[in-house]
Amino acid sequence: MSVEATRPAVTLPKASGRERLRERSFRVLLIGCLVASVLMLGVLFFDVIRRGASEFDLQLLTSFPSINPAIAGLESALVGTLAIMAVCALFIVPVGVASAVYLEEFADRDRWYNRFIEVNIQNLAAVPSIVYGILGLAFLVHGPLSLGRVVLSGGLTLALLVLPVVIITGREAIRAVPPSIREGSMALGATQWQTIWKQVLPASIPGTATGVILALSRAIGETAPLILVATATFIAFNPTGPFSSFTALPLQILDWIRRPQDEFQVLAAAAILVLLVLLLSMNSVAIWLRNRYEQKW
Amino acid sequence: MEAGTQAAGRGASGAIALGAPPRRGEKIIKGLLFTAAAVSVLTTLGIVASLIEETVSFFGDVGIFDYLFGTEWTPLFSDPQFGVIPLIEGTLLITAIALLVAIPLGIGSAIYLSEYARPSVRKVLKPVLEVLAGIPTIVFGYFALTFFTPIVLQDLLSLDVDVFNALSAGIIMGFLVLPTIASVSEDAMSAVPQSLRDGAYGLGGSRLQVSLRVVLAAALSGVVAAIVLGASRAIGETVIVLVAGGLVPSLGVDPTTPHETMTAFIAATAGGEVPVGSTGYKTIFAVGATLFAITLLLNVLSIGFVRRYRQVYE
Repeated sequence: MSVEATRPAVTLPKASGRERLRERSFRVLLIGCLVASVLMLGVLFFDVIRRGASEFDLQLLTSFPSINPAIAGLESALVGTLAIMAVCALFIVPVGVASAVYLEEFADRDRWYNRFIEVNIQNLAAVPSIVYGILGLAFLVHGPLSLGRVVLSGGLTLALLVLPVVIITGREAIRAVPPSIREGSMALGATQWQTIWKQVLPASIPGTATGVILALSRAIGETAPLILVATATFIAFNPTGPFSSFTALPLQILDWIRRPQDEFQVLAAAAILVLLVLLLSMNSVAIWLRNRYEQKW
Repeated sequence: MEAGTQAAGRGASGAIALGAPPRRGEKIIKGLLFTAAAVSVLTTLGIVASLIEETVSFFGDVGIFDYLFGTEWTPLFSDPQFGVIPLIEGTLLITAIALLVAIPLGIGSAIYLSEYARPSVRKVLKPVLEVLAGIPTIVFGYFALTFFTPIVLQDLLSLDVDVFNALSAGIIMGFLVLPTIASVSEDAMSAVPQSLRDGAYGLGGSRLQVSLRVVLAAALSGVVAAIVLGASRAIGETVIVLVAGGLVPSLGVDPTTPHETMTAFIAATAGGEVPVGSTGYKTIFAVGATLFAITLLLNVLSIGFVRRYRQVYE
């Protein structure tokens, strides 16, 4: 991988001018590929800020949706997003960490069902998000649980969607704890569970927390599954509990994008800014956690 | 599983039995942990069950051949037609455009990051790709509709495209898929042993020759896995097409006109509060099952390719 190490030490015949030109243009071409992504990101941020800045204020955050763009805001969407994120976190933290502990510390890989669980998680990570919406619609909104189009349905749908992310990063964090820690603990007479609870889990918290935050930052921007499990009509009140109807930031953005008036397009850009600010701060916390608490063994 | 066997040998299958015997209740804890791990299996079962139940019921109303080979998709008309071909064609068209953007840019980025970039440059550039991968698709949809179509395609390139069109949705979707292709390809290239590069340089190969003829060739199955995974992501992507691609299930391949994909149809129909049990409601599940089957096939293919290069080099 290291570029310096690959340079041959002996002197070889000099490359001809044409070859050098080819080498150089190839390098420029490759850099161009990366510049395209950087440029795209830059233009996207610039465009959204340019459009949305004028509406990006406190009034946006403290008003309810309205058909009058002058007074419309996204308070109910913001509170709705926070509510479904809370449900999502309450589900993915225990279930994700427990799955990761089981797969890393207990699962015997010679058993077919443990291998099946692993392959299954790999597969789930690549299932289109809208399919989770269909699952939520059939099992949570209608069907066996029949919760209706409420906060709990939305939160759980997103939780199932991002659960693989938590399990995969949680496993990596647990795997990074060196066996010597476990052996030391067990040699002092601790049981396997005491070792996991008192040594392995505390040592893996930074990695796991990073995974949970990344999972939530993926969930917060998901639109497609929520289209299926949230109410279509606009919601001008904050959710009051897990069984309350809700809307969410991405849904509010989608609603505004689809309205013809220009004022709503400006509101959509401002709402996107709110979403991006939330996302960037979550990611910064994740990066900070990773750098601050990452243990070198 | 190949990756799994390296990590095994700890935990339950450890060779020496260290530690005290389990206390009472620890078996219950293990049972609870297993239950948590089983949630993901239940999720898969739930997905399959929900899709199958309504899909079977859908095929009670609509003939399976009419669905698979019909060329007209008008499920909500008074004289409904349920031919899924236009939706599949729209999906393939937009996926193809996305891949035309994402494959060269993604592989180019991967080669640069793996073979050319200094570690310090990599440290700056990789997070940019991660940020790109983390941007919500609704933001890309907004960008495609309000910036890329009117300003880049219509004004800058003066193309005669509709307000909603497959071209804009496809190109922007390419940037959504790009990080996936770049990062999976780069993993594969990094797994190519240094000795292969050293050997090629020793024979007088240039950086270009080594990158393309040795590293890219050796990492090919990983690169193919990346492309297949990228295709699967593009096929499953909903919101960009819903916002910027138009919702017209058309058969043509003209990318300047609106098209509808399977995902966009599901979102548009389900967002409209169709009554439970109606044929319209069932179409959500039938199209969802088709989508799930296609992406599952691609994911299994991709996992297979990754396994292949892991077997060779790790």
